[in-house]
Amino acid sequence: MHNFENCTKCTVCTVYCPVSAVNPSYPGPKQAGPDGERLRLKKPRYFNEALKYCLNCKRCELACPSNVPIADIIQSARIRYTRSAPSLRDRMLAETDVVGRLATAVAPVVNTALRSPAIKAVLGATAGIAPQRTMPAYARERFTTWFRRNAEESQKQYPRQVTFFHGCYVNYNNPDLGRDLVAVFNAFGIGIRLMADEKCCGIAKIANRLTARASRDALINLESIRCAVAETGNPVVATGSTCTYTMRDEYPHLLGLDNADVRDNITLAVKFLYSLIESGEVTPVWRDDVSMRLAYHVPCHMQKLGWTYYTTSLMRMIPGVELTVLDADCCGMAGTYGFKKENYRYSSEIGRPLFDKLADLSPDMVVSDCETCKWQIEMSTPFKVENPVTILARTLDLEKTAARNRKNH
Amino acid sequence: MSTLKTEYDVIIVGGGATGAGTARDCALRGLRVLLIERFDLTAGATGRNHGLLHSGARYAVTDRESATECIRENMTLRRIARHCVEDTGGLFITLPEDDLNYQNTFIDACLAAGISAKEISPDEARRIEPAVNPSLIGAVKVPDGAIDPFRLTTANIIDATRHGAEILTYHEVTGFIRSGSAIKGVEIRNSRSGAMSKAFGNLVINAAGIWGHLLAKKAGVEVNMFPAKGSLLIFGHRVNNTVINRCRKPANADILVPGDTICLIGTTSDRVPFSEIDNMEVTPEEVAVLIGEGQKLAPSLATTRILRAYSGVRPLVADDNDPSGRSISRGIVCLDHSTRDGLDGLITITGGKLMTYRLMAEMASDMACRKLGIEGKSCVTAEQPLPGSNGKPDEPTATGRFHRKHIIDLPTEQLAAESRHGDMARSIEWTGSDSGALVCECEQVSVGEVDFAINKLHVHNLINLRRRTRLGMGTCQGHLCACRAAGLLEKADKCTSDALDDLSSFINERWKGMYPVAWGDTMSEIQMMAWMYEGVAGLTPDLTSEQQ
Repeated sequence: MHNFENCTKCTVCTVYCPVSAVNPSYPGPKQAGPDGERLRLKKPRYFNEALKYCLNCKRCELACPSNVPIADIIQSARIRYTRSAPSLRDRMLAETDVVGRLATAVAPVVNTALRSPAIKAVLGATAGIAPQRTMPAYARERFTTWFRRNAEESQKQYPRQVTFFHGCYVNYNNPDLGRDLVAVFNAFGIGIRLMADEKCCGIAKIANRLTARASRDALINLESIRCAVAETGNPVVATGSTCTYTMRDEYPHLLGLDNADVRDNITLAVKFLYSLIESGEVTPVWRDDVSMRLAYHVPCHMQKLGWTYYTTSLMRMIPGVELTVLDADCCGMAGTYGFKKENYRYSSEIGRPLFDKLADLSPDMVVSDCETCKWQIEMSTPFKVENPVTILARTLDLEKTAARNRKNH
Repeated sequence: MSTLKTEYDVIIVGGGATGAGTARDCALRGLRVLLIERFDLTAGATGRNHGLLHSGARYAVTDRESATECIRENMTLRRIARHCVEDTGGLFITLPEDDLNYQNTFIDACLAAGISAKEISPDEARRIEPAVNPSLIGAVKVPDGAIDPFRLTTANIIDATRHGAEILTYHEVTGFIRSGSAIKGVEIRNSRSGAMSKAFGNLVINAAGIWGHLLAKKAGVEVNMFPAKGSLLIFGHRVNNTVINRCRKPANADILVPGDTICLIGTTSDRVPFSEIDNMEVTPEEVAVLIGEGQKLAPSLATTRILRAYSGVRPLVADDNDPSGRSISRGIVCLDHSTRDGLDGLITITGGKLMTYRLMAEMASDMACRKLGIEGKSCVTAEQPLPGSNGKPDEPTATGRFHRKHIIDLPTEQLAAESRHGDMARSIEWTGSDSGALVCECEQVSVGEVDFAINKLHVHNLINLRRRTRLGMGTCQGHLCACRAAGLLEKADKCTSDALDDLSSFINERWKGMYPVAWGDTMSEIQMMAWMYEGVAGLTPDLTSEQQ
């Protein structure tokens, strides 16, 4: 059981809750979490369906001075006590892996359809997808297909190997980010391999209460990670902050799976690269023609990981980049949350302060480690959002970096 | 000195369960009733026990009469006080250090007393109650439950007033008005203002619990009671959902009861002098015994936050000088001082226990009718449900909302209010602009419920409000809700004292219970509370608040 008795009822969690600020029907983290748990232990009937409004952004946990795992308590309660089964819509949204595989096969058709106002209206009326939303476009070719055809063979030349957890987003929506990662690591003299078997990290399934399916996938991922770490002696890296956070912390806290042996070896590519550069193991050579005003949006799970520093430090190393780190507001998307019709209004209102700040700042580009933050910002503002790994790929002089780091070997 | 206008048939002294039950019983029989309570309803032993709906099993081996009374009243209370009772069931467990042979003696004694007692396997016990000490070697299932003494007393008072009874809280009987060898009334002092008054009645019923010893002395008669102090600990949440008892001769700290949102372990038993009964303190030794023995019933208590410690005084009628007070019968003592002492117009009803309050009230009311020469008025309290327990269980209430074709559950604060007030919750306002707003977040007490309590449940101050609604009884022990509730009381013009004084005595009363267990999370909570009330609100510490 999660410990909720450290709570001294100071209520600072509710002050920092982005949902409480915009949605009066949400009881707030204190009442939904530690207070509610006490009532639910008395009688499960005290479970409040309004807990579905929790974004699972973990900002309450960051705010808590007493280390109460508030968001974990809320998510566990949703999973344990919700009376209805997950809806078809929720299942569809949660099955990022299956849907992605099908959609990439017929990407042009799917993408056109998802952008069509008529289809959006139908999805809104029948499936409960917010019609204001556009589903992220699917790639014509999966990252893994590209990698096996074009990159896998050449990776063997590098003496040092790192395993890449690409996640559903890179594989089905943005293989360019995967290619960027391969290019950057290769420039530093490091080869990339894929996991023996990779499944979705499971966050969308956890958020939609499909925990049995999430656990099945998680066990496969953990086994692949164990093998990868044993074979390469290096951590497994990912580009998405939420995938990383899920495999490190939601596996043990919400799925009850023990990952203590590999948790420290599940990391973000930016953190891994930062430590290589900082220790002098690799040396970047930057392009001399960069001039960019970047705004960094801190994803909630990045903040919960405590790793914001790695991305911002890497971005600040780039000559010609002027970086503004935005005050950490939640963007309001929270994965599948913002796509649901009933959440659209709150999702937009939560993101409003962030959108306003971006409008004031008017950067050339926004940087963020989270793909769903990217979708929200791109759908709600005129600004383009990229992962820091893509920024690195564009600002490093890849050839000179490769030459320098070959010399080092 | 003012005089109350009415003359009464009976004047009942004591606002505990027995006094309230007697007031109800007499009022239902058509008697003109005045109840006088020195402080608040349930301020004595009624509000300071386990809240255990005894099956009687605990007394089966040692005290057959009490056991039989318990099981009979147990079944009655399930009917008439449904909203005060939770059917948790109970286990009597045998641990490796206990004698397993006792279990058979125990079961035989239970069955002989009419208590259903079924032996179950340790595996079955662990399944029924996952919090139970897993090393148990034997278990017996009995029909124990939980009963809320505050609600029970309040419901009796409400029904009594509905049938014409008058209730005077915060009034103390200072003396008796005599005429020859008969008592004709009482002299009363307003505990707050000090104003004196008189009330005349044909019969005075002493239902003052342990304080009845002192009251009898004022009338010039001796009721030889001795105070036996019992201390308990309240834990922050429900560790168990079934009552857990030790299957052995009754001893210290061997009952763990789930009560509303919390659970409690108790009790100790020690004789104390009468000079201590108005201001008892839980000692470190008692706390150590309660924690140590409690963990043997449910090991997770070791890591569970303790909210507070408190103690009550058993009103045991002594006929020897047994220092533990345990081998004395908990039997009911109903004394007619006319035949016993030659003093007319006084009855003492004492002994017994919370479980048998109704039976005690029936016995006292029967005796009162006999003495007053009233015939043909029989007791109906065993059949007539208390206010709050009318209607069918689980019937959708007036506050229930319909959504599409399905009944959806009420918001938690409405569920909580219904669990506290039963069908009386229907008169709570939910539609006003603030009425659904929470005052007490831990226990989910809304503005509407506070208003209801202020108007309907004899509330004059914050401590009354706590006993009627559970406001301030949760994890934060009132640190978030006390100031909000003080504002509502002030607004309702119900603060008989200055609102700040009231707030101060409420906070100090909370502190008194937290002090004996002030470590860990409880200590953090206290610090937070002190910081808010002393540091931010500028409330000055006043540790000499009177008992209420």
